[in-house]
Amino acid sequence: MLVVNEELCIGCKACEKACPFDAIYVDQETKKAVVKDNCTLCGACVNVCPTKALSIERKAVSEEELAKYKGVLVWGEWEKRDNNLQLKGVVLELLGKARQLADKLQENVGVILVGYKISHLVDELFHHGADIVYLCEHELLETYTTDGYATVISSVLATEKPSIVLYGATPNGRDLAPRVAARLALGITADCTGLDIDEKRQLVQTRPAFGGNIMASIISPYTRPQMATVRPNVFPKPEPDIARNGKVITVPVSLTKQAIRTKIIEDVALEESTENIEEAQILVSAGRGIGAKENLKLVHQLAKEIGGTVSGSRALVDLGWLPQPKQVGQSGKTVAPNLYMALGISGAIQHIVGMSSSDTVVAINKDPEAPIFKVADLGIIGDLNEIIPAFLELLKEYKKGKNEN
Amino acid sequence: MKIVVCIKQVPEADKVAIDPETGTLIREGVASILNPFCEYALDVAVKLKEQFPEHNIEIITLSMGPPQAKQALIRTLELGADKAYLLSDRKFAGSDCLATSYALKEGIAKLVPDFDLILTGKQAIDGDTAQVPAEIAEHLGIPQITYGLDVTLNNRRIEVKKETEEGYQVVSARLPALVSISRGSNIRRLPSIQEVINARRKPLEVVSVEDIKIDETKVGLKASPTQVVKIFAPPPKAAGEIIDGRDDPKAAAKKLLEFLIEHKFV
Repeated sequence: MLVVNEELCIGCKACEKACPFDAIYVDQETKKAVVKDNCTLCGACVNVCPTKALSIERKAVSEEELAKYKGVLVWGEWEKRDNNLQLKGVVLELLGKARQLADKLQENVGVILVGYKISHLVDELFHHGADIVYLCEHELLETYTTDGYATVISSVLATEKPSIVLYGATPNGRDLAPRVAARLALGITADCTGLDIDEKRQLVQTRPAFGGNIMASIISPYTRPQMATVRPNVFPKPEPDIARNGKVITVPVSLTKQAIRTKIIEDVALEESTENIEEAQILVSAGRGIGAKENLKLVHQLAKEIGGTVSGSRALVDLGWLPQPKQVGQSGKTVAPNLYMALGISGAIQHIVGMSSSDTVVAINKDPEAPIFKVADLGIIGDLNEIIPAFLELLKEYKKGKNEN
Repeated sequence: MKIVVCIKQVPEADKVAIDPETGTLIREGVASILNPFCEYALDVAVKLKEQFPEHNIEIITLSMGPPQAKQALIRTLELGADKAYLLSDRKFAGSDCLATSYALKEGIAKLVPDFDLILTGKQAIDGDTAQVPAEIAEHLGIPQITYGLDVTLNNRRIEVKKETEEGYQVVSARLPALVSISRGSNIRRLPSIQEVINARRKPLEVVSVEDIKIDETKVGLKASPTQVVKIFAPPPKAAGEIIDGRDDPKAAAKKLLEFLIEHKFV
């Protein structure tokens, strides 16, 4: 509840101007601030009030209670790659971050590894910074299901009492983490791009909101564990240390078939999407500006010549010109290649948030006002259907010249 | 058969920005709309209703929000919902995902206790968390299927085609269940004048915490584990080089090649 102390309120209207939601005003007759129904308790007015007449009543919990929770835990998500079960890249990225956070807290890094016949993944986790691996194996955990995984992970969290739990913001991570959070009545922050520890030993979670136009820093001051999902390709992978070792704790799992209420009838990998754009070093990305579907040939040819992978904007996926797993952006994937070539992509903020971690960005677009140019290292205003063929011609000559030398 | 579609009214997200000088949200000229993903979920419900007349499907839309969120619910009535409820109360203010999902769960359990299927959008375009659907399902103790593309009914079971990282899966579950929808037609359907007129006769009820006896200690700011401590504008990127290749595409291509050589990409 936002409370106005009418004795302190001087009717200066600072709150009125600061409110992002038009939810507080100074009454003309009483000259006192009045809170409206659409107040979201964001606190903007509290910060600007010169007489400290505004306050937000919040719940408090003792520090001793919070101190019972220790350690940083990462969900060790794996996937089937080349007929092998392998850790997802984001798990290693999270281990690097978890190590930093745990070192600041002087606590341990744990990994909760759930699945069936997955013990071969343990060493790689130790090499990348884990101290403890909680190994939860059961044949009913062979494929990911919300029910199976949420049950196992919730019970490990309840007994092990970690202070922080991190999940990759993959489709399964975003399916699982809120289910666990609701079960244990915990806070959860989605799609974090920054994580840090503050002076009160709390996890400060930073994430984009409003399609990336705004960043918000979020804490969970009175519940433990503090939980967050983190998008892939946001944090760097740590260098593995093959001498590192740790402790494996085998967690007994008892599950029945009835406990898993969803059944996978069909599981299809689309052939065109086998190359994962999240892992690509060079992406040649196409948008509506390519004009016609047959111009995609040019895009594919360019990708082939410079050793890149083709991706695209939502517009092309919606048109059915590219399969969904190739989509970059907020409703697609977050990518971080060394080179991102945006061809005919205007650069809506939803697209920018998906590729802004790229090292080098080249944009070609007809529209000089296209927002993509604001994030480009090299921006070319022009028709890509003229520029790309000319480029391919020059590239051919250049490669030929290089070979002859 | 009863389908509950949970919806949210959102600002047109990409038009919201932060004033770099005052550090506050600029909302002037930003319209409120029905969250597009929620509209996709409603479209799925309407399609099921048309496809399975034998089930006598009733579509009930539900939202939690300020009084003006009625506008978004009216839109759902125009687009095919039969009845709408708005949970609106000062006591909900400051609710995060957990508290919001609790309020919606209470709304569903008390207003439509005999529900069969809950449909939601994948996420709302203002917060983008995608967390509320799974939390509602957990509070209700029913299975969830997220990232749904298409839903079909088969007796007391649903079959859902869902997006995966590599392609898609078809997943089935016994009803009642919750499905979040991640995709839909990009071309938004405008309701006809007849649909707009019909919508006025459909019931839209505003419900308070007191009306349906929601436990006040589980909603609003005090029941929200997460707190926003700061909002700020993302750091801008240093400007790159922009060249105009409209008159001379060959020169532009040459520049591109030089750039890629310089940065060791070719």
